[in-house]
Amino acid sequence: MRIVVDLNRCQGYAQCVFLAHEVFRLSGEETLTYDPNPDDARRLQVERAAAACPVQAILIDRLEGAQPRSVTS
Amino acid sequence: MTVPARVAELVRDFKANGRIVIVGASLAGLRAAEALREEGFSGPLTIIGDEPHEPYDRPPLSKQVLKGWVPADHTELPRLRELDAQWRLGVAATGLDRTAKQVLLADGERVPYDRLLIATGTRARQWPNPTEAALAGVYTLRSRDDAARLRQALAAGPSRVLVIGGGFIGCEVASVCRELDIPVTLVERGSAPLVGALGGVIGEIAAQMQRDHGVDLRCEVGVLSLEGDASGHVRRARLSDGTTVEADVVLASLGSIRNVEWLEGSGLAAGFWGVGCDAGGRAFDINGVVTDSVYVAGDVARAPHVLYEYQFLAMEHWDNAVLGAQVAAHNMVSLEPDYRPHLLLPGFWSGQFGVNIKSVGVPPFGDEIVFTQGSAKQRRFAAAYGRRGRIVAAVTFNNGKWLEYYGRMIEQSAAFPPPLPGWDRPDDMKPIAADFPEPGVPTATSDVVLTGHDPNQRTAEFRPRGR
Ligand SMILES: Cc1cc2nc3c(=O)[nH]c(=O)nc-3n(C[C@H](O)[C@H](O)[C@H](O)COP(=O)(O)OP(=O)(O)OC[C@H]3O[C@@H](n4cnc5c(N)ncnc54)[C@H](O)[C@@H]3O)c2cc1C
Ligand code: SF4
Repeated sequence: MRIVVDLNRCQGYAQCVFLAHEVFRLSGEETLTYDPNPDDARRLQVERAAAACPVQAILIDRLEGAQPRSVTS
Repeated sequence: MTVPARVAELVRDFKANGRIVIVGASLAGLRAAEALREEGFSGPLTIIGDEPHEPYDRPPLSKQVLKGWVPADHTELPRLRELDAQWRLGVAATGLDRTAKQVLLADGERVPYDRLLIATGTRARQWPNPTEAALAGVYTLRSRDDAARLRQALAAGPSRVLVIGGGFIGCEVASVCRELDIPVTLVERGSAPLVGALGGVIGEIAAQMQRDHGVDLRCEVGVLSLEGDASGHVRRARLSDGTTVEADVVLASLGSIRNVEWLEGSGLAAGFWGVGCDAGGRAFDINGVVTDSVYVAGDVARAPHVLYEYQFLAMEHWDNAVLGAQVAAHNMVSLEPDYRPHLLLPGFWSGQFGVNIKSVGVPPFGDEIVFTQGSAKQRRFAAAYGRRGRIVAAVTFNNGKWLEYYGRMIEQSAAFPPPLPGWDRPDDMKPIAADFPEPGVPTATSDVVLTGHDPNQRTAEFRPRGR
């Protein structure tokens, strides 16, 4: 799956880290880092983390499973 | 039919049958495409990108990717909705014919459009000496392939990494090197790292931070030349102070170049600082006349900003690409009474040496700075930038939660020093000179640039670095 965190919005309170620590990590006191393409098996965890984020900074792929291959060249 | 009804009919017809082409398949291009569909545009949509990859996110490249936590190809951007677009990846746009309304591709094809979005961003400035730049071990960092190569070089355990240029990317790479316990030298021609973006006062704090983490930091020094061994691998750099640095990995982080060459001859206001457009994303032609069918978004755009005396502002920031793309997309399928302005307050984040650096507004627009909260010594503070008695920007180190407050103050053009949110005040609250380099002084250029009033003007002077 694919995610992106809007780090301008993120406040570094780390709720996501508690809920999905394989995907989100704090580096230092408030610098969030994360895996932008976590394993699909973590979808539920990541969705919970996104729902818990107080500033809704975590955006998740709206498309389930594999991406449509629309590449034409 | 009444005139308003006919106009509404035209908009409906365009949304159903118009042809939209986006050049640049990265953050701005993808978000614009999504926004167009969100706005109800159902006509043919073509996205042209010269990279062979689907749109991916660049900020992780100098952070979690280089550290080795996330592979470079695990940075693809999420799709926020179904797109139903024709993707032309791995082929560059090489020209624009505004009379025929066609984009020319490298493979000879011509793609017709009714509305065009230019989102070609920037690329890394290469080390200016081509022979030296071609040495093995010399890198730049902009694309995911760049990141994969540099990561591989770091994983091999180099004896020393030399970072040339102390902008955000250079500093982040130096930070990663230290986390990986790799010796690193950072050379910056200005007085301190980040001095172009945040000024000398904050630059000094960043410098101390680097030295505390074991970075061999050399400021007010230039790299004169790079030298390789017999096998063509870089081995050392000669500096302007007569010293040499032995390094087997060199990162040239010399800022970026806007991808506007393909627009040559198109008659658009495209140049060194990007493509001039109005605050709604509509491109200007070279005479300063706004076009109706060509739009611009992201790193390659420069638009007048009401908060900064209507000077043209060029922003190489993630949120500028996202929000600029959404505004341009909206305006592409709307008529005048519904136009929206892209009046984003610039915002930026950077993680380095365990500190979360965030800023809002345009720091180089200010000439004074005052520490408003926390303590610079503990590297947890907020500081505000002022110009002529009003607040124009703020920066926080590990104090990001306060940034929103300062953002509001800037939007309201509050007085400088600004009223404070209450607690955690530093002892000394006297504004001091923010200490930005004079225009024309060579340093890492800031990634937010005020480029003057004229669509084609550039007030800041550029000099090639490193020679
Ligand atoms: C290593 C790194 C770290 C960063 N960290 C941060 C950060 O921490 N915070 C932050 O706010 N911002 C950061 N940024 C900046 C952010 O990534 C950019 O602002 C953002 O990528 C801009 O998106 P864009 O779509 O406008 O341009 P780009 O991402 O540059 O995309 C332009 C695309 O167009 C393609 N293209 C160019 N010319 C042509 C052509 N003629 N034909 C077809 N395609 C073409 C390019 O190859 C590219 O794929 C970072 C950037 C880098 C490189
Ligand atoms: S929960 Fe949201 S705000 Fe908190 S660290 Fe995670 S992304 Fe940032």
